[in-house]
Amino acid sequence: MNRYLAPHVANLPPSGIRKFFDLVATMKDVISLGVGEPDFVTPWTVRESGIFSLEQGQTMYTSNAGLLELREELSYHLDMSLGLSYDPGHEILITTGASEAVDLVMRAVLSPGDVVLVPDPSYVSYAPCATMAGASVSYVPTHAKEDFRLRVEDLAKAYTPKAKLLVLSYPNNPTGAIMNREDLLPIADFVTEHDLLVLADDIYSDLTYGGTHVSFASLPGMHDRTLFVSGFSKSYAMTGWRIGYVAGHKDLIGGMTRIHQYTMLCAPITGQIAALEALRSASEAKNEMVTAYDRRRRLMVHGFRQMGLDCFEPLGAFYVFPDISKTNLSSEEFAEELLKAENVAVVPGTAFGPSGEGHIRCSYAYSLEQLQEALKRIAHFVQSRLG
Amino acid sequence: MLTEEDHKLLKIISEDSRLTPEELSIQTGLKPKYIAKRIRDWEKEKVIVRYQPMINWDRTGEEKVTALIEVRVLPQRGYGFDKIAKRLQKFSEIKSLFLMSGGYDLSLLIEGKTMQDVALFVAEKLAPLEHIQSTATHFVLRRYKQDGVELLGEEETIQRLVVSP
Repeated sequence: MNRYLAPHVANLPPSGIRKFFDLVATMKDVISLGVGEPDFVTPWTVRESGIFSLEQGQTMYTSNAGLLELREELSYHLDMSLGLSYDPGHEILITTGASEAVDLVMRAVLSPGDVVLVPDPSYVSYAPCATMAGASVSYVPTHAKEDFRLRVEDLAKAYTPKAKLLVLSYPNNPTGAIMNREDLLPIADFVTEHDLLVLADDIYSDLTYGGTHVSFASLPGMHDRTLFVSGFSKSYAMTGWRIGYVAGHKDLIGGMTRIHQYTMLCAPITGQIAALEALRSASEAKNEMVTAYDRRRRLMVHGFRQMGLDCFEPLGAFYVFPDISKTNLSSEEFAEELLKAENVAVVPGTAFGPSGEGHIRCSYAYSLEQLQEALKRIAHFVQSRLG
Repeated sequence: MLTEEDHKLLKIISEDSRLTPEELSIQTGLKPKYIAKRIRDWEKEKVIVRYQPMINWDRTGEEKVTALIEVRVLPQRGYGFDKIAKRLQKFSEIKSLFLMSGGYDLSLLIEGKTMQDVALFVAEKLAPLEHIQSTATHFVLRRYKQDGVELLGEEETIQRLVVSP
């Protein structure tokens, strides 16, 4: 039946993550460092608010843009935490997870022939979403020696006159890299000079260690050029609730709302109510999770360096991205052989783009005990390769 | 006054006091020497009072009875409740002792092997003490949560995919 598939769908490559998932699924008793979601459950007060809303019979549609109360609370929260000012009436749209927000941005602003500039490596959805919107992707490589930050020189090389949208996703999945204000200012100049729009995926903005996140939208002149995407999955351990949002200029949000109303209609109400409660009462629980991630992060970096591997220190998200090239294995070979030899699952860096070669992504959203055991096994494997 | 780093360090130690300064150093980024000194200072200052595992005795099969006892006391001039409290805290059966507001004055947590042990302690040692007006004994039937740890039932299991974006 493949002949019925639209060519642009039939030609979508399978996600590198999916391929690896299929391989892992054939194994038993695997210790996994492959999961891109918190290992915490949603804070109890948040879960309880969802349960209570169901008891009250709140099971209806909400407005297309989402509960106004949630948008108002978000507007206040974004102002307080990141210095971003958005009108809750017209400049914020609640989506079914940040993933939908990414798709909406692409579909609302891209036309066939447009080009999207995507940092490499980065989250797996950007390129396929661009393709589904009829656009193509120009990858902007980032490098370990530059702490995986996006440099304007590399951006200039990847730029084509057809480029319309730049994706910025910091803290970054899979590298854990962050971009500070000094790193972002030249990017902002470049964006203005080339009249680009920016999709700023700030989903990991709460998960930073040793510094406060700077949102691209907060830079001078960038508010209206930026579509700010985020959600509740990572910060509040709410992956399954599927609540995200996009904020930006009202004309662009209006366009996205139209697509959203004909496809999703609205995000699930229970999740929206829970998200509202998260903003109001879960900041302490969130901070405790960040503190726990920070301890694990340090353990992982130390562990990989002890093995003799180069490991850039990630300052955001919950991933480490060690350099495994010393083992003379490609990242896919390393992940496969490690899985077979030691029953530990990590994700090959190439699942996130060609520049991920020579690296593996290890999530530290696991207990300290699990991480210690995984590090022990990886060290055993690396030792056998390095001799 | 605790710094933010001190607070983090104490919190980690309160969760797992077995970690060595080297292990704590890896997890906090602080120097092992600094950590060792800080811990020594806290021990001297009685900030860290004792290293003690938390044991769920209900799972050991060992017979053990816990009771909470409300005690009403006649306060003494010049001493208030402190004199009687100082005397009570010497009893090894009393594991915790608090001065309370509300319907009674002192709250005692008592441990014994049997209910009779506890009842005898109350009847023979506690109730006859001078200045004690009345006692009300409440036996603990089941522990659901203690010192922030949920003790009952299955742990919340998270069934995550093995690999995800």
